[in-house]
Amino acid sequence: MDTAFSNEDLKFQSEIRDFIKTNYPQELRDSINSKRKLGKELSREDLTAWHKILGKHNGWSAPSWPKQYGGAEFTPTQKYIFEQECAKAECQYIMPFGINMVGPVIYTFGNEEQKAQHLPGILSGEVFWCQGYSEPGSGSDLASLKTSAVKEGGYYIVNGQKTWTTMAQYADWIFCLVRTNPEAEKPQQGISFLLIDMKTPGVTVRPIKLMDGSHEVNETWFDNVKVPVENLIGQENMGWTYAKFLLAHERSGIAGVARSKKAIERIKQIASSEMSYGEPLIQDPAFKAKIAAAELELSALEYTELRTLAKDSAGKGPGPESSLLKIKGTDIQQAVTELAMEAVGYYANPHLGTTLSNEYVGPDYATNLSGTYFNFRKASIYGGSNEIQRNIIAKMVLGL
Amino acid sequence: MNFDFTEEQTLLDNMVTSFVRDNYDWDTRCNIVKSEEGWKEENWKQFAELGLLGVPFDESYGGLGGKSTDLMIVMEQFGKGLVVEPYLPTVILAGGLISKLGSEEQKNSIIPEIISGNVRCAFAYAEPQSRFDLNDVKTKAVLNGDDYVLNGFKSVVFGAGMASHLIISARTDGDQRSESGITLFIVDTKSNGLTLQNYPTIDEYRASEVIIENLKVSKDNVLGEVNMAYDAIEEIVDISTIAACSEAVGILQVLKDSTTEYCKNRKQFGQSIAKNQVIQHRLVDMMIEYEQAKSILFMAVTADLSNPDERRKAVSAAKARIGKAIKFVGESAIQLHGGMGVVDEYMVSHYFKRATMIGVLFGNTDYHMKRYMTLTQSGISSSDEAISVSVT
Repeated sequence: MDTAFSNEDLKFQSEIRDFIKTNYPQELRDSINSKRKLGKELSREDLTAWHKILGKHNGWSAPSWPKQYGGAEFTPTQKYIFEQECAKAECQYIMPFGINMVGPVIYTFGNEEQKAQHLPGILSGEVFWCQGYSEPGSGSDLASLKTSAVKEGGYYIVNGQKTWTTMAQYADWIFCLVRTNPEAEKPQQGISFLLIDMKTPGVTVRPIKLMDGSHEVNETWFDNVKVPVENLIGQENMGWTYAKFLLAHERSGIAGVARSKKAIERIKQIASSEMSYGEPLIQDPAFKAKIAAAELELSALEYTELRTLAKDSAGKGPGPESSLLKIKGTDIQQAVTELAMEAVGYYANPHLGTTLSNEYVGPDYATNLSGTYFNFRKASIYGGSNEIQRNIIAKMVLGL
Repeated sequence: MNFDFTEEQTLLDNMVTSFVRDNYDWDTRCNIVKSEEGWKEENWKQFAELGLLGVPFDESYGGLGGKSTDLMIVMEQFGKGLVVEPYLPTVILAGGLISKLGSEEQKNSIIPEIISGNVRCAFAYAEPQSRFDLNDVKTKAVLNGDDYVLNGFKSVVFGAGMASHLIISARTDGDQRSESGITLFIVDTKSNGLTLQNYPTIDEYRASEVIIENLKVSKDNVLGEVNMAYDAIEEIVDISTIAACSEAVGILQVLKDSTTEYCKNRKQFGQSIAKNQVIQHRLVDMMIEYEQAKSILFMAVTADLSNPDERRKAVSAAKARIGKAIKFVGESAIQLHGGMGVVDEYMVSHYFKRATMIGVLFGNTDYHMKRYMTLTQSGISSSDEAISVSVT
């Protein structure tokens, strides 16, 4: 057992660090920081600028992709270092829908035309993707989805409604699970994986406001949308297999260890400025104990993630064990957002950046911390709720 | 022993319940919180007509002479409806201070006006550095002839934007954290020298930052004795904390009931999700937390609040325990609602947000745990400790 970085790893680390220092635009950092603080919506440009920069540099926008598809093909250790450095420098994270989700599906199950059409745009960040999985009646029970695709000539005619489509407001394309065989013996057997151009007539996106007032997710409606049969991935009615493959990819990196570390650092800074009982809050034993508890949990999770990554060095994508990364990772993210809110006492209250308030109040570091706590309640629900993740472990790992 | 309401209390409970049912349906509430004002004057007039604004005040000023149980009844029902009108800031907090400290003249001129709905007040006590410590006051008042001149800053003053009057705590003597040397002043919100920055809160209430620059206040508008306000502030904030806990218990009931209902109706994998044991157990734990919260509230309401040590202990016990219930019931309600829990459109997130912010109000769980520990454990002698160890 040796958990120290090799000399090569250290060289790699400083290469990444230098690259970020030289290439991450300060104005992007400022723009995103100020919008986040005020709970304002990030623009498409905010979300993709760093992706585009990485896309021009040795496939760094796609750390896990094989070199033959233009990816960086980092080793697990390199991936870890890369994520750490990006988080430390507070780089905007790369939207997962293209790079982590549909990209691997396309290069694994797609045909040559599909690879040629879609992979370059995903790598470069020019094409913005979103995910069409959940439906109002199909959340945890995804396989019960009803959006139908009926083949007519060279097209599938798609009808139905998807929900929780993250950032659909900016998306050029959506990858969808649709029902192509309603008669199949098991619901999983009648599902296909379709790529749909968001500009196709009949596609409508309606915003859903989250409880902190943010607009991240949407309803996406399909009304007789004509999708060329060429946009089917793999075989008809085999979509569930591809979806499961993709879900495993979605879970890698979901632990968010590096970002939680950064968040704890930030809380310590805030707690050094906030006063309690006439002393800095950071001196308060109860508060200190909570920070320490979060750090311990995070340290353990970091090593759990490293162990999972090491097992995955064959590049097959993490197994069902990765559900534990999702559960613990989101637990910690939620604990950390709560601690940050708690640190600022009464200044958790102001809801700034709305049409009803044009002045900004309280310490700069306090803005939107309660909004972030409320927003992050989503983390234990999305990507397969933490209850479902436990079912996966119970069934697939423990054999119950 | 009995936990039943008296006949008068039942009448009050029914009255507030029907007010909320008839005037505070969800759409109406959404329109109120989105409006420029953030509250509805018509509702305030109704409170006055129903006698609600007079609940805690002495009968000699036209009030109902109600006790903490009566305030609990009002606040619990307001919690169930997420009523946003500034009842707690005006009637319980500021009203409590005026009743406690006001001269006969002040009480005679202000209390009837509060009861009739003409005057609304807010209490400006917190400062950027004070966190929850009521004794931490930097805002200064200096006597200059017949007037005091106030300078300082008050943070997150609930209901200030709707108030005609502010009660301000300021330091007239002692250092920043000294309990003695704090004086209360009652001022018109339109006074020169007062600037209010109004804003909505994350749970859709309204608060203000109050900037105080050379604010002149006549000696006649000092509330109570100069330098001696701390004990009264602590007492009235304690009473207000029980009121906030009552509101929270009303909210927790809605969260528990609506989540149970949602889980029964939401179907996945061909059955109601409430058929899953993991969901059932969580719902049961929410119910247990709610019952524990309600019980400790009853404990606080029936404690001897006229005895300062009893009162402090009871209030901090209730706030700390209910704070724990708020976190568990609130977060569970969102989790079990799944996606529907995190959206703005559905009611549950609004109840969760309000409950969470009540968790911060007048001191969070840690703050009251610490206060409770100080009150109950600092006096344990070594022989007491030995006994408790041998018993357990």
